[in-house]
Amino acid sequence: MKQKDVVLRTENLKAHYVLDVPGGQKVVRAVDGVDLQIRRNEIYGIAGESGCGKSTLMKTLYAWINRPLRLVNGSVLYTKDGQEFDVYAVSKQELRRLRWQFIAYVPQGAMSIFNPVVKIKDTYQDFLSSHLRGKTVEEMFDIAKEHIEQLGLPASILEAYPHQLSGGMRQRVAIALAALLRPSVIFADEPTTALDVVVQRGVVQLLKDIQERLHNTIILVTHDMGVHANVTDRLAIMYAGRVIEEAATVEIFKKPLHPYTQFLINSLPQFGDTGERVSAPGQPPSLANLPSGCAFHPRCPKAMPICKQKVPESIVMGEHRVACWLHAEGGEAEHAANS
Amino acid sequence: MQPILETRNLTKVFHRGSLLARDRIVAVDNVTFSMQRGEVFTLAGESGCGKTTTARMILGFEQPTSGEIIYGKGEERWHPRVWFSQRIQAVFQNPFETFNPLRKVEGYLFETVNHYKLASSKAEVEELIDSKLEAVGLSYGEVAGRYPSEFSGGQLQRISIARSLLVNPSVLIADEPVSMVDASIRMSIVNLFRRLRDELDMGILYITHDLATAYYLGGQIAIMFRGNTMEMGPVQEVLTNPRHPYTQLLRESIPEADPEKKWRGRISIAETEQEEYLREGCKFAGRCPQVMEICKKQVPELVDVDGVQVKCHLYVDRGSVHEEVS
Repeated sequence: MKQKDVVLRTENLKAHYVLDVPGGQKVVRAVDGVDLQIRRNEIYGIAGESGCGKSTLMKTLYAWINRPLRLVNGSVLYTKDGQEFDVYAVSKQELRRLRWQFIAYVPQGAMSIFNPVVKIKDTYQDFLSSHLRGKTVEEMFDIAKEHIEQLGLPASILEAYPHQLSGGMRQRVAIALAALLRPSVIFADEPTTALDVVVQRGVVQLLKDIQERLHNTIILVTHDMGVHANVTDRLAIMYAGRVIEEAATVEIFKKPLHPYTQFLINSLPQFGDTGERVSAPGQPPSLANLPSGCAFHPRCPKAMPICKQKVPESIVMGEHRVACWLHAEGGEAEHAANS
Repeated sequence: MQPILETRNLTKVFHRGSLLARDRIVAVDNVTFSMQRGEVFTLAGESGCGKTTTARMILGFEQPTSGEIIYGKGEERWHPRVWFSQRIQAVFQNPFETFNPLRKVEGYLFETVNHYKLASSKAEVEELIDSKLEAVGLSYGEVAGRYPSEFSGGQLQRISIARSLLVNPSVLIADEPVSMVDASIRMSIVNLFRRLRDELDMGILYITHDLATAYYLGGQIAIMFRGNTMEMGPVQEVLTNPRHPYTQLLRESIPEADPEKKWRGRISIAETEQEEYLREGCKFAGRCPQVMEICKKQVPELVDVDGVQVKCHLYVDRGSVHEEVS
């Protein structure tokens, strides 16, 4: 991969929640050693179940760290105009400028962000006036209107109050708001969750439209593998604060390597097939009390002695990356010998 | 075969707005269906389609505006609540809201046993609870003395199912039981419903928006939209050959977990739900790609097309189905 294609890079990123509890501290390892290289002009998916740390990863990448969350290790490096910089090293004013103009964030449940007592256009105006100086109210209204129409949403929504719009429409207006200043990177945290299937499709359609229009990077976090299959170019699977597998989306669905990914994909019911689907045994671990070694080993049917002792390193095979002892050198042979 | 649960022309009307300018919202509009023992009946549709209101009326939480709900042989029209709840039990969507976080989970199980006087001694109670927990893949030892926060969503949902099994119900109403459960354990809950259906011969009313799991469970399905049953029939037939344009849209909109089957084409979304509820004629007319003049004025009848009931003007002249113009 060419270095200049990379827009966001992290190395061994760790962000933990450090909580004071009677008799000491409790550490929740929500992001625990994440390496990412996200490119320009792609939709990058992050999949994982609730409590795997994917939302915390989003916040860490967006430099939105508030106590008790702490950045423990690593840095988040963005490339802007050919210059790489650490988002945690820039000043507060600079960060304020970067937000929404370079990196934008659509939080989970974004449909409820709107002030219920003002019209949508006032929210747009509020937003524009704090980021674009020296524009009149009319000019800002025109910008908002043009933007809304370009994305195929009806301009009449600007005159509506939030409660007059359906949940799906509000969600799309919130996403459109994030794309207003043409940011290079948009984070979308569970944008389709809690929406109906048809509406969900509308939201995905909007995300794709934005990406095609701006040629930027969208980082899409959702637990819904169907959505990932539909929109993402590359996909990372998270489990217990780590990225355990990463590859092109087509590749992950065709040839999942990690046993967890295999369960995740093979358990999805498909139309035209009522054969028994089995989910992974056991429960996801608590991030405050992770199992030793590979965090998946208590649930893994292929676990070997080494899995309990050492955390597996990422094994890179071309564009496919997997953190599993089975795929380390001699892993398969060792599994065969043990079983 | 005698159906175990039946609804006839079930209707629920809600009013909103002030006394003078009231909107009449028909949340459930003449819904008629019947389900058998040992079968899954799926009510599917998007939010605001009336599926939960239907379930609430069956459970007696909501009084129907008109229509009937008939359980079993149905000689009696009205039953005391205890009689009724021993036969029909429910599992709800959010397992974290089902249980009071300040109460031990086992309290709910003991309470149910006491309420229905299912056992006489403490040992018997524990034995009964243990056997039901075992049926869902847990044991009393794992549950005893613990609070809801100590369980995962999947475990709580299992406990919730175990609680409903205590009275040996013949019908289980499951309202979106897996939508809040983690992806990696979702199928274990769905598989549990399959087992309850086969081993205990229970009738399961499965309310969901997830058509893939509905397909997996089999049985019958009713696709609802804005209070109306749009299409009803065997689940495999309805989802493999959707006839109603709405079912077609719904079926196409499900993101399939296969990167080679991506969505094609574009869709439009209603700005507000109210607009569709208040629509005259077919509620789907505003978004239907095959809309005709008649659809905007007249509500279509439910007609039978090859064993599937469809509520669409395209199928009103049975047998002479309109050729699709593309």
